[in-house]
Amino acid sequence: MRQWYMIALVGKDRAGIVAQITEALLGAGATLGETSMMRLGCNFTIMMMVGMDGDESKLCRVVEPVAKQLDLHFHVDEIEPGLHQHQTPDLRITVYGADRPGIVAQVTSVLAESEVNITDLDSQVGGDQEKPIYILMIEALSDRDVEEIEDALNRSTDGVNFRIEEIDTLIG
Amino acid sequence: MKIITYPEDILKQSCDPVTKFDQEFQDFVAELESFMRSQPGGIGIAAPQVGRMQRLCIVDLTGMTRGKKKKPVPNQGRLILVNPEITKWEGFELGREGCMSVPDYTGNVIRATRIELTAFDEFGNSHNYESEGYEARAIQHEADHLDGLLFLDRLVSRKTDLFKRKQK
Repeated sequence: MRQWYMIALVGKDRAGIVAQITEALLGAGATLGETSMMRLGCNFTIMMMVGMDGDESKLCRVVEPVAKQLDLHFHVDEIEPGLHQHQTPDLRITVYGADRPGIVAQVTSVLAESEVNITDLDSQVGGDQEKPIYILMIEALSDRDVEEIEDALNRSTDGVNFRIEEIDTLIG
Repeated sequence: MKIITYPEDILKQSCDPVTKFDQEFQDFVAELESFMRSQPGGIGIAAPQVGRMQRLCIVDLTGMTRGKKKKPVPNQGRLILVNPEITKWEGFELGREGCMSVPDYTGNVIRATRIELTAFDEFGNSHNYESEGYEARAIQHEADHLDGLLFLDRLVSRKTDLFKRKQK
């Protein structure tokens, strides 16, 4: 019976990680659902939904030798598939400022208090090593007015610039 | 009438120009328009989305609003666009699009902010149009269908940031 798993893999970035992992899975009869794979710092990270006939130990036996060869750590959890249940975000929030501890916690706490549901968040460190800057790109769902969320962020965040705009989705 | 969804091959094929503006064609236009208005959103449709491979699309943003404050969207009302040709593109803007022919997926697409086009109506009369903003986006989306292009062909990375920055 087909089970769905979330596999997380992380390790030092090098060419060929995605190809080798996904070829091993394909060879074992597994299929991929939605995935997120990206370089964070000098690491390559993978989160992917994998469907496979068999239990978790069978999947681990497929991934383990490739992960070992590529020096990747990995983790597997059984999940509900939940495909075809996309939520379309209606807010885009951009935040940036001089890097300091707490930007993400501060901003996302305000958003949580404003009942903003984050669907996607990317953050990157830019600038130079002496003066790093932190950039957050958030997509989210919310029933609140933009001004209300702006006021909450204005009250509770210092030293960051932010902008909130509504996302209108054209269905043609 | 029903919506054809990708990966059906015909959505990736170019459509033929309309050459006969006869009663049969006008009846089809009326049926397509009525069908468009019955769909969720219902602001645009192209003939190939229902399997007719002719260069016809319909756009009507009347009554459409944007954002939580439901601001009206500037528009020219009902546009029957037969053999449309976009002749001028100005500016570009990132926006989110979905499509009745691609259920359960939306993505970011760059479109011109202002366009000029020529098209015939369902009776064969030629018209020149200027359009901007959301209506221009809808026209570009629907006109793409006539060349076998889906918004999937124009997706840009979710990280693409063309948004003008301003400081609080």
